[in-house]
Amino acid sequence: MNLRMTLATTTRVLDQLRHDHRSVALILVVPALLLTAVYFLYENESLPPGATRTFDRVGLMMLAIFPFVVMFLVTSITMLRERTSGTLERLLTTPIHKADLLFGYALAFSIMAALQSLVATAVAYWIFNLDIKGSPALVVLIAVINAVLGVALGLLCSAFARTEFQAVQFMPVVVVPQILLCGLFVAREHMNQALDNISGVLPLTFSVDALKEIAGNSEATATMWQDALVMGLIVVGVLVLASLTLRRQTR
Amino acid sequence: MSHTARHAAPPAAPAAISATGLHVALGRTKVLHGLDFTVEPGRIAGLLGPSGSGKTTLMRAVVGVQRITQGSVTVLGLPAGSAPLRRDVGYVTQGASVYGDLSVEANVRYFGAMHHATAADVAEAIAAVGLQGFARQKAADLSGGQFSRVSLACALVAHPKLLVLDEPTVGLDPVLRAELWERFAAMAAAGTTLLVSSHVMEEASHCSSLLLLREGLLLAQLTPAELAERGGSEDLERAFLTIIKAAERGQQESQVASS
Repeated sequence: MNLRMTLATTTRVLDQLRHDHRSVALILVVPALLLTAVYFLYENESLPPGATRTFDRVGLMMLAIFPFVVMFLVTSITMLRERTSGTLERLLTTPIHKADLLFGYALAFSIMAALQSLVATAVAYWIFNLDIKGSPALVVLIAVINAVLGVALGLLCSAFARTEFQAVQFMPVVVVPQILLCGLFVAREHMNQALDNISGVLPLTFSVDALKEIAGNSEATATMWQDALVMGLIVVGVLVLASLTLRRQTR
Repeated sequence: MSHTARHAAPPAAPAAISATGLHVALGRTKVLHGLDFTVEPGRIAGLLGPSGSGKTTLMRAVVGVQRITQGSVTVLGLPAGSAPLRRDVGYVTQGASVYGDLSVEANVRYFGAMHHATAADVAEAIAAVGLQGFARQKAADLSGGQFSRVSLACALVAHPKLLVLDEPTVGLDPVLRAELWERFAAMAAAGTTLLVSSHVMEEASHCSSLLLLREGLLLAQLTPAELAERGGSEDLERAFLTIIKAAERGQQESQVASS
């Protein structure tokens, strides 16, 4: 690992993104807009006294899911372009270490994800009065870990796609099952055994669990840190797998 | 001039490139069928041959991005593709491998960062390919010839000891082409070895040694003067065609003889 090369990669990826105003706008604004839609969907629900609003539950989970989906898409397309344009092969003829490249990417998109979730969390918190016991800073932290997970999976999946069209098709395969089973639609305790078992090994489930901990406790709990740690380990594992797909030599 | 260069070099300096019995297969297709050659340091070696003759595959094997099936390639005394060589070998692919959505300067700066290049190195590399007026322009907005020069600048910024260039002058006007060849000559005089592929025969005269490749076989390694003599023409293109046709005739005769 070489910090200079990692940071050069981060700067380069952010520089590329900076020239693409439309993508930056979409990354920053769309989650906040969707959150607004969710708020108004449940605007007129009638609640028994003391019950939590559906928005407080669903809106909170969406804060973690957005960065995951968006960063998965952005990363898999960007990395695929890097593979097809020949710049990846060229880079691998230079002294850059694969880890410099992958961590450079992960860092760049984490910065974007942090900005994205700051906007979305701020909107949820201040405009729609999202009611959680824990700190919104922890929500942003979990969102950023989710984003890095999206980056890592995107880097890995780009190796299995030849075209951008194929890369997009990986979303229903990799992302949608995690959203369905993470506990957003049906709580895990109401799932049948098979689905619950699958849910238990999907990374997004851990972030939803962590968010529930944040919502229910004013201080960070051990369970939350444990969830965050598991997510972190999964991210590292996926990044290692992704690095195996970067070959300096073709057969 | 070449003699003084040879004497100035340390006596034990290894060949810049040395291939023995080099075979490469892409999947099931055999592309290179046992090549043997050496390129001395500080020279411009021209790699010439019809399209599909294996020029790019040979260059990729020298750079170390193509796995070889048999034989060996040694670059600057080390097996091609070994880690220390990544600092010393520059590779410019046929299609420009640069980021179209970045400025010229950002591209060169990024590839320079892998070689600890300074801001002055970046400016020098951009000036060397005549793009100093376009440093802040997005690469994708440049013309085709300018775009491919960005790719060259990204290799020059590393000050490589061996520079491998795949068809670097395609799409360039005659003035620029002449300037680039002057640049290459100056680099060679300073000790850099260049391996340059081309299918424009007039460019062969700029090289000190020529590798003639046809269907994955090395037809000959000779100097431009020897090419003119063997091909029986001062026009190198005609000389090359004569040699190619002679090789084809020889092959047909051997097929007739064996059938």
